[in-house]
Amino acid sequence: MKQHFFPALRLTLICIVVFMGLYTLLIWVVAQAASGGGKGETVSVNNKVVGYKLEGQSFTDDKYFNSRPSACGFNAAGSGASNKGPSNPDYLKEVQNRIDTFMVHNPFVKKEDIPSELVTASGSGLDPDLSPQGAYVQVPRIAKTRNISEEKIKALVAQQIQKPLLGLFGPGKVNLLQLNIELDKLK
Amino acid sequence: MNTEIFGVIAMFVITVLLAIPLGRYIGKVYNGDKTWLDFIFNPVDNLFFKAGGIKPEKEMTWQQSMVALLVINLVWFLLSMLVLMSMSWLPLNPDGNPSMTPDLAFNTTVSFVANTNLQHYSGETGVSYLGQLLLMFFQFVSAGTGMAACAVVFKAIKEKSTQNPGNFYNYFIKSCTRILLPLSIVVAIILMFNGTPMTFKGKDQFISMQGDTVNVSRGPAAAMIAIKQLGTNGGGYFGVNSAHPFENPNYFTNMVENICIILIPAALIFALGYMLKRKRFTWIVFGIMTLGFLLLVIPSIYNEKHGSTAVGKMGILQSHGSTEGKEVRFGAAASAYWGISTTVTSNGSVNAMHDSFTPLTGMFAMLGMMINSFYGGVGVGFLNFYIFIIIAVFISGLMVGRTPEFMGKKIEAKEIKIASIIALLHPFLILVGTAIASRLYAHDPTAYAGWLNNPGNHGFSEMLYEFTSSSANNGSGFEGLGDNTPFWNIACGTVMLLARFLPIIGPVAIAGILAKKKYVPESAGTLKTDTSTFGIMVFAVIFIVAALSFFPALALGPISEFFGMR
Repeated sequence: MKQHFFPALRLTLICIVVFMGLYTLLIWVVAQAASGGGKGETVSVNNKVVGYKLEGQSFTDDKYFNSRPSACGFNAAGSGASNKGPSNPDYLKEVQNRIDTFMVHNPFVKKEDIPSELVTASGSGLDPDLSPQGAYVQVPRIAKTRNISEEKIKALVAQQIQKPLLGLFGPGKVNLLQLNIELDKLK
Repeated sequence: MNTEIFGVIAMFVITVLLAIPLGRYIGKVYNGDKTWLDFIFNPVDNLFFKAGGIKPEKEMTWQQSMVALLVINLVWFLLSMLVLMSMSWLPLNPDGNPSMTPDLAFNTTVSFVANTNLQHYSGETGVSYLGQLLLMFFQFVSAGTGMAACAVVFKAIKEKSTQNPGNFYNYFIKSCTRILLPLSIVVAIILMFNGTPMTFKGKDQFISMQGDTVNVSRGPAAAMIAIKQLGTNGGGYFGVNSAHPFENPNYFTNMVENICIILIPAALIFALGYMLKRKRFTWIVFGIMTLGFLLLVIPSIYNEKHGSTAVGKMGILQSHGSTEGKEVRFGAAASAYWGISTTVTSNGSVNAMHDSFTPLTGMFAMLGMMINSFYGGVGVGFLNFYIFIIIAVFISGLMVGRTPEFMGKKIEAKEIKIASIIALLHPFLILVGTAIASRLYAHDPTAYAGWLNNPGNHGFSEMLYEFTSSSANNGSGFEGLGDNTPFWNIACGTVMLLARFLPIIGPVAIAGILAKKKYVPESAGTLKTDTSTFGIMVFAVIFIVAALSFFPALALGPISEFFGMR
């Protein structure tokens, strides 16, 4: 026991220097070359920061493409999910309420066209994306609110769709922040 | 076939293609053979040996190696308790986060020292940057500890007859410097160039497009995320782990991180093959593990893509499967694939919330942890598998009337006793723990109302999952459980402690005892261990011992929930 105690202590020290110190330092130095310098990349409109490129933010206004429900209210200082089980009756009531609310705001949409992601909370509470269907289904409402033709907005969504990785892997998606910024530019 | 399924297949194929050469490299490192990276790592390792006052060529018995392992882990335990309970006034705390309470510090310390990374706190609000970096240090050394123990067993199996299966310190340092460190550097850099933060600045603030004031947590995340994926640690930088857009920015990083989960556990099997020069045996082991993995992952992907029955009844579109607790950029298939990857290995990081998985996927995730040896944790996964091999050799030896031998060594009463105790420890810890928690809750539901986030069978599953995760040293959770209470902190901490060190000492002891025995050359009377028949036998033992002991508990939890929802 005793003969192992001092090597353990000394080994711990050198491990702290290398794995906690030098490794962190090296990665931090390399980070300076990444876009955003490792501080997180921001998105600006008219030289004003309106958000972080990767993090979702709350869009609830009828004139914007709405974001998914968030269990933490899009609090980027403390992410969070609902952690509701699939059989939880309170949770199912909540989902039903969200469907009803959506139907009120989007009276032109048929219920079977509402993609489930729009009425279920995301994993991080900061989901920055929607599926293409999740965006398309909101087009009639936005067209009416903004008084712009549906075709124009559909074209914008189509242009903003990000294809699967290399066209092969994973789902397609639309970044909501970027989409809404472009939407504000439409006349 | 759609792109979500292609993505999952690509991840698995790339993992195997990378694991084979990496395994060869790891085999060379543990053998002490020359590698092309020696010119960098020889001086680095010498620095460690010198600073630690260690002679790497000095032989150690298995007992000495185990004492060395326990002593250094004790040092880490004390260090961690000290820092976690005082970090609020230590440097590198720009967000002013508090110190931990003693019970939470105990849980977190055990959790990280034991390579579990169960987190009863949330990264953004529960630890300072210094605390995060210290936990990252444990992610390196706890992974290195498991790999070193595994290397001792490899060496013991390899040697025909020896008292000294290698030097613990030597394996430990080389695992950290030559395997974990270079891979972590590569992965951290990939993550950063995809947007993961690596900064010492505190929270940022901006005004969103709808006029809300938003605070954004940041920090030195990229460095930690790389090693948490590689070392089957799983403790995330941010509260929601790899579901967080900073922690896992896009589908590409998701593939990289998911490949890292299985990479080293799978590579270690090939390392053993390289060291023993037994290709067939390697592929049998790898085949059993892969079969088990696929049996869990395929139905899980099917279930998640199929969607939730209850939500389906509401008449909305579920073309993207079950979406509660999942992120759009990963989709249901990649979320289910990750869910099983992270539970068959003892990683425990998540990219979707396991609490919100459909009932059967939740069960498969639990089964992965209950079996805990399909790939398994870095190092310790093979140690668990080794226990099952020993039991399978013994049972099949008895069945066909041959002497139970493994790699030319007779297996006798002492080894079987150790193997049985270790195999039964896991169900014991899980089931007894869950039983106590259930009894407390059922006896006084109002007093413990804060525990469960979901009623009925799912609530039971939350408690069962927590103990399973602790005992499997996994660290994922049905996170709805209100687990930052003295009961859960102390109960899970104790389970993690026992379930970490006993299953390391047991297999090392068996291998050490066998190594001392006389080598018996193979003859016609030897039970062949590199045939598919023996593979099936091992699989059957795993199924009977690990899976069936949990069937009653699973029937009360996810299985009842599944039938209740139909």
